[in-house]
Amino acid sequence: MSVTREISRAIRATLVLWVLTAILYPLAMVSVGQIIFPAQANGSLLTNAQGQVIGSALIGQPFTSDRYFNSRPSTTNYSTANPQDDAARVLQTGISGASNLAPSNSALRDRILGKPAPDPKQAIVGAIPQLQTAGITPTADLVYTSGSSLDPHITPAAARAQIPRIARTRQLQPTQLEQLITQNTDDRFLGLFGEPGVNVLKLNLALDGQGGAVR
Amino acid sequence: MLQGWLQIGLTLLLVVLITPVLGRYIARVFLAQKTRLDPLLAPVDRLLLRLIGVRSQDGMTGWQYARAIFYSNFAMALLLAILLFNQSWLPFNPTRLTSPTWDTNLHTIISFITNTNQQHYSGEVTYSYFSQFAGLGYMMFVSAATGIAVGIAFIRGLTGRPLGNFYHDLILAITRILLPLSILGAIALIAAGIPETLAGPVLVPTLEDPAVQQAIARGPVAHFEIIKELGENGGGFFAINSAHPFENPNGFTNLLETVAILAIPSALIYTYGIFANNLKQAWLVYCIPFALLVGFVVVSAIAEYNGNPIVNTALGVNQAVNLEGKEVRFGWAQSALFAVVTTGSMCGAVTGMVDSMMPLSGLVTLSNLFLQIVFGGQGTGTAYLFAYLILAVFVTGLMVGRTPEFLGRKIEKQEVVLASFLILLVHPIAILLPSAIALVFPDFQGISNPGFHGLSQVIYEYASAAANNGSGLEGLADSQPSPIALATGAIPSPTALWWNLSTSLSLLAGRYIPITALLLLADSLSRKQPVPATAGTLHTNTTLFTGITAGVIVILGALTFFPVLALGPIAEAFQLTQGMR
Repeated sequence: MSVTREISRAIRATLVLWVLTAILYPLAMVSVGQIIFPAQANGSLLTNAQGQVIGSALIGQPFTSDRYFNSRPSTTNYSTANPQDDAARVLQTGISGASNLAPSNSALRDRILGKPAPDPKQAIVGAIPQLQTAGITPTADLVYTSGSSLDPHITPAAARAQIPRIARTRQLQPTQLEQLITQNTDDRFLGLFGEPGVNVLKLNLALDGQGGAVR
Repeated sequence: MLQGWLQIGLTLLLVVLITPVLGRYIARVFLAQKTRLDPLLAPVDRLLLRLIGVRSQDGMTGWQYARAIFYSNFAMALLLAILLFNQSWLPFNPTRLTSPTWDTNLHTIISFITNTNQQHYSGEVTYSYFSQFAGLGYMMFVSAATGIAVGIAFIRGLTGRPLGNFYHDLILAITRILLPLSILGAIALIAAGIPETLAGPVLVPTLEDPAVQQAIARGPVAHFEIIKELGENGGGFFAINSAHPFENPNGFTNLLETVAILAIPSALIYTYGIFANNLKQAWLVYCIPFALLVGFVVVSAIAEYNGNPIVNTALGVNQAVNLEGKEVRFGWAQSALFAVVTTGSMCGAVTGMVDSMMPLSGLVTLSNLFLQIVFGGQGTGTAYLFAYLILAVFVTGLMVGRTPEFLGRKIEKQEVVLASFLILLVHPIAILLPSAIALVFPDFQGISNPGFHGLSQVIYEYASAAANNGSGLEGLADSQPSPIALATGAIPSPTALWWNLSTSLSLLAGRYIPITALLLLADSLSRKQPVPATAGTLHTNTTLFTGITAGVIVILGALTFFPVLALGPIAEAFQLTQGMR
C-alpha cells in the first residue's frame, strides 16, 4: 500500500473519530445532564432561603472556629481566598491538591506533632496540640490532610468528639447535636461500599438553622 | 475491619461476574458474530469505514498493522497539538487559560496518545474545557481502542487466525465497546452527582467567614470520568483526580469506577478463551493476575489500616488509619483497593495519594508497574500475559526436554527473542536507565520526600511512564508552572523540563516497541503450521503449568527490580518501624 494512501487513511480516521468521540459524545452527555439531571450536572449547589448559592453539597469548606464543627485540615484551604488578596488567582479557576508527604517525611511529623523552635516564628504548633487546646480528642481524619483538600466529610467519631465544645459555645443540648450529626451523615452505598461520613458544611448550615437545599 | 474486607471482596466478586459476560460480548464483536446492537450500529460502522476508506476484509500483516498504528497515532497526536497550543482562543475556555509551556504540552500529548495519561500539570488551572473534552478526552478513546485492537490482533495470531485490519478493529472497539459503555456509565455518574456542564467555576462566600470566597471548579466531568476508567486512561479532569469529590463523590461512583477499570482487561482473557476454544485455560490464566491482585490488596489494606506508627503513638492509640492524602468517604479499604487496581491495570487514576501511602503500599504499587500483568493495560496487558506464557513454555520445554509448543504451534527462536526482548529488556531499560541518570544529577531530581522514599519517587515516575500507567508519587517536582502562574510571574523550571522530556522517551519506548514486538510475534505464530498433539506434547492448560507461569512472572519481575524495591519501600518500612531514628 502506498505511503500517501496510508497517510490519507490515518488523517481521515483521526477526523472521523474526533467528531464522534470528542464532539458528539461530550455534547450529548452535557445535554442529558442539563435536561434530565440539572441539579447534579451543575455541581449539587446549595442555596439559602434567598436563593443565593452558598456552597456545594459535595465540596467541603474551611471551619476552624469553636462555633462550628471543624472540617479536616486542607492544603488549599478548601480552594478559598480573600478576593482582596488573591495573588495566586485561586478564585479564577478553583484548585485542588494534597500534601503528598510520605509517612517517613519529618515535615509530616512536625505538622502533626508540632515542633518547638527558639524563634517563635519558626515553631510549628502541630495539629494534635491544636486540637487538644480546643478541647477536641484528636482523631486520624482531623490530623491528616485529605486527598483532594476539598473533603466534605469528617468521620462520625470526629464529629462526636466536637459535641461538648459546640454544645458549650452554642448553649445546645448534646442530644440535639447528636441528632443533627445523624441527619447529616452520608452512609455507605447499599450500606456496604465506602465509609460513612458527616457532611460538615450541611451540618454547620443546620446548626445555623439555614437548611440549605440542593437547587 | 471485617466490613472493609467484605467490601473489597464484593467488589472483586463483581469483576469476576462481569468477566464472562463482557468477554463473550467482546469475542462476538471481533469474531463478526451477531450482537444485539447490530441493527443500530452496523450502519454506523459501515459509514465510518467508508469515510476512512477501509474495506473490512483488507487483512494486514503484523508489520502493516503496526504501521497503521504509527501513522494514525501520529495524526491524532498532531490534532491534539493543534488544540493544546491554541487553547487561548479556542471556545469553551471559561477560566481564560492561555497555553502552558511547550514541554508541558509535548509531554501531555505523548502521555495521552500512549494511553498513559501521566499528568505533569493540574487540570483545572492548565487546560480549558475544550482542550480537555475535545483533546484529552479524544485521546482516551483512541488510545484505549488502539490497545484493544492490539490485544485482539495478538489473540487472533496466537490462535492461528489472520491478524485483521487495524482500522476496522479500532472502529469496532470504539463503537461497540468503549462508546456504548461510556454512555451508560456517564449517565449513571451524572445521576450520582458528578457535574456535566459547560459553565465556569462558581464563587460562593464561605459560611464561617463571608469575606473569604470559595471557588468551586466545575466542567463536563462525568463523560470524561467514565472513559478515563474504562479505557485505562487515568488522566483526571481536576488536579487531584478521582479523589476530587466532583470526580468521585460517593460509594456508588467509587464502586462503578473501580469495576470499570478492571472490566475490559479482565474480560479480554475470557475473550481469548473463546477465540482459542479453550475456556479452561482462560480461567487458569485468569487466576494468575487475580491471585496477584488479591495478594497485593491484602498487603496494602493491612498497611493502611494499621497506619503510621509515629502518628499512632502521638494519638495515643495502637492503630489509626493512615488518612493522609485520603478521603473519609473511601477510608482504608476502598483507598487501598483502588490504588492496587489502578496501578495493576495501567489506569493510573487515584482516589488517594500514593505518595502518602504506607511503604508497603508503595511496594505493591511499584510491583504492579514492574509486572504489568495484574490485568495490565487495555489489550496490551492480556498480550503481555500470554507472552509470559510463551516464555514459560520455552523454559519448561528446556527443563523437561520437550519441544516447546503453544496451542499446537512450535515456539522457535524468533518467538523467544521477541517475547524475551519485549518483556525482559525494554521495560527495565526504559525505567532504570533514566532513573540512574536522574539520581546522578541532583538538579534534575525534584525529590520532595527525602531518604529512601525519594528513590521510590524517581523510580516510580519512570516505571509509571514505561508501563503506560500514569499514576505518580506526586510530590515529585515534575510540573511546570501553570498558565496562571506564568502570567503572574513564575518562571519555568529546568527540573520540570527534565522530567517532561525524559519521561516522554520512556512513554514512547514503553508503548510502541512492545506493541510492534507483540504484533510481529502474533504474525509469526499465525503463519505456523499446527503440529498435531502427541504423547510428548506439553499440556499448557493444567494447574501445574499455570503455577510455573506464575513463578516465571514473579521471578523475572522480582529479580530485575528487587534491588530497587529493597532500597526504596522496603528500607522505608524498616525505618518507620524503627521509629524514625
